[in-house]
Amino acid sequence: MPELVLQLTRAGFLALLWLFVLVALRVVRSDLYAASGLRASVPGVFRRNSKQAAKGKAARQLVVTHGVLAGTRISLDGRPILIGRADDSTLVLDDDFASTRHARLSLRGADWYVEDLGSTNGTYLDRAKVTAPLRVPLGAPIRIGKTVIELRT
Amino acid sequence: MSEPAGVLGAATAHVNVSGQPPTPTRRGTELTMLGFVMGLLVFAFVIILENENRTFSPDVLLYLGGLLGLFVVSHLAIRTFAPYADPLILPCAAMLNGLSVAMLYRLDPAIAHSNAAPKQMLWMVLSIAAMAGTLWLVKDHRTLARYGYTFGLVGLFLLVLPGLLPCSLSCVGGAKLWILIGPVSVQPGEFAKILIIVFVAAFLVAKRDLFTIAGRKVLGVELPRLRDTGPLLVAWAVAIGVLMIEKELGASLMFFGAVLAMIYLATERASWVWIGIVLFMGGATVAYKLFTHVQTRVTNWIDPFADAQGDGYQMVQSLFSLGSGGVVGSGFGAGHPDIVPVVSSDFIVSAFGEELGFVGLTAIVLVYLVLAMRGLRSALAVRDTFGKLLAGGLSFLLMWQVFVVVGGVSKLIPQTGLTAPFLSAGGSSLAASYIMIALLLRVSDAARRPQVARPKPHTPIAQASTVLVERPT
Repeated sequence: MPELVLQLTRAGFLALLWLFVLVALRVVRSDLYAASGLRASVPGVFRRNSKQAAKGKAARQLVVTHGVLAGTRISLDGRPILIGRADDSTLVLDDDFASTRHARLSLRGADWYVEDLGSTNGTYLDRAKVTAPLRVPLGAPIRIGKTVIELRT
Repeated sequence: MSEPAGVLGAATAHVNVSGQPPTPTRRGTELTMLGFVMGLLVFAFVIILENENRTFSPDVLLYLGGLLGLFVVSHLAIRTFAPYADPLILPCAAMLNGLSVAMLYRLDPAIAHSNAAPKQMLWMVLSIAAMAGTLWLVKDHRTLARYGYTFGLVGLFLLVLPGLLPCSLSCVGGAKLWILIGPVSVQPGEFAKILIIVFVAAFLVAKRDLFTIAGRKVLGVELPRLRDTGPLLVAWAVAIGVLMIEKELGASLMFFGAVLAMIYLATERASWVWIGIVLFMGGATVAYKLFTHVQTRVTNWIDPFADAQGDGYQMVQSLFSLGSGGVVGSGFGAGHPDIVPVVSSDFIVSAFGEELGFVGLTAIVLVYLVLAMRGLRSALAVRDTFGKLLAGGLSFLLMWQVFVVVGGVSKLIPQTGLTAPFLSAGGSSLAASYIMIALLLRVSDAARRPQVARPKPHTPIAQASTVLVERPT
């Protein structure tokens, strides 16, 4: 075998060795997200999903499905939506379990994200507690105190 | 303790309690990774043949075929006995073991009267059988806890046995670590360490309260009561005793480190670690004053070049070997690692350092790290305390051993006679490593296996009869 080919195979072997380590770490990573159920919330891992969502229907309105305000609709125009007991909130809740400034929905790119504004009783997206901004899929219930809201087209 | 024996044989995925999608067994990932390892090994053998200018001989195919067969057998064993086991543990072990066989195959012609590679293959057959046997025998790792004290006694006996035997039956190269039965030499300490870890895990689960009782506070560190330090003192005394009669630093260091780490895992108290380190320092100083072989090791560590042709020869050659490898190495089969004495077992790391370079050796250490990480993750995920301590202890031991070996070879710490798990030539080490892997696989299987749904009691609570409920651990 000529010298050059030998050198190339040598480098190739080392590269493969490292590729093994990287593939192993990838398996570790996929395991990490699968175990904690964080899948939907991790940007990058499911990028394809959000693209599909962007191509598909975008959320047009916010609907309150449970609670005192059930049936209320707010049309979404791209501006962030504040939810809480404060008078200047977009959706003013009269609910003992909601905080003054409870949560915020905001548009980033084509997706709406929900974030908790340090509320006492927490905000829940589906069943997961919202600790960092989470993407809100269409129709996923967001629970704030006794109120449940969701995004619809 | 109820044994979920009914689901053990099934390789299919079970439906979860909460109606979530079934937990994937991930055996496919494991098989893919094993295929990757196999491809890499074919590559390695081709490079070795080419670099050493050897003509192609059918024994290469024999080695590769043997490795492939053994990997497939171990994969099938896991598929049958531990279907939910971690998908990375076996491929990492296979990777290290395969590289070891390739390296031994490469070293054999360079060293006179050496037939380490075929021997290693034979040992590998036995080791994989031991792994499958352990998986088959230990259907639930919690059963091991019941035999804790028995394992502890047997482990202790195995640990000191070579020291008690006459030298003709136990001395190899200055250390009394072996049992020589005819042509076969067994290092019982390798198996003793596993038994002792099982014992310590069982002991700590039973007596955990004892270790968390607070004592006086000195300098902001909460010290445990004096009488509670008994077990640690016993471990320390055994470690020193082993050091004395077997003239071997490695075994006692490994033993003491593992016990200390497990006490820390069980109690989460840094004070134990400090006490342990102080005890170790004291013991090490005394040992240094008393024993000449310890002094030699330390002198070689401080300045191997002081006696480069005598006592320091091995260390000096190892450093030269690592140094000549540089960043990318000389290439598999193109260096001269055979100059280092005992390169095939204790110093195989320097052979890899020379031929694969810093880049290759780092990758190998990372493979070890992934292996230990998966073990620790299983320890986190498993539900019972014994399993947590067992998996944590075994993973720590693996990494601790790698640290001591790599540190010794590269002159970070004084050199010891430990073997690198899976890499070094030597049957006892290989078999013990595979048994360790089997236990880790068993714990990870228990951690990932979906909980079997318990039928909800339909009778009203007033009429319900007494039910035995397992205490959550």
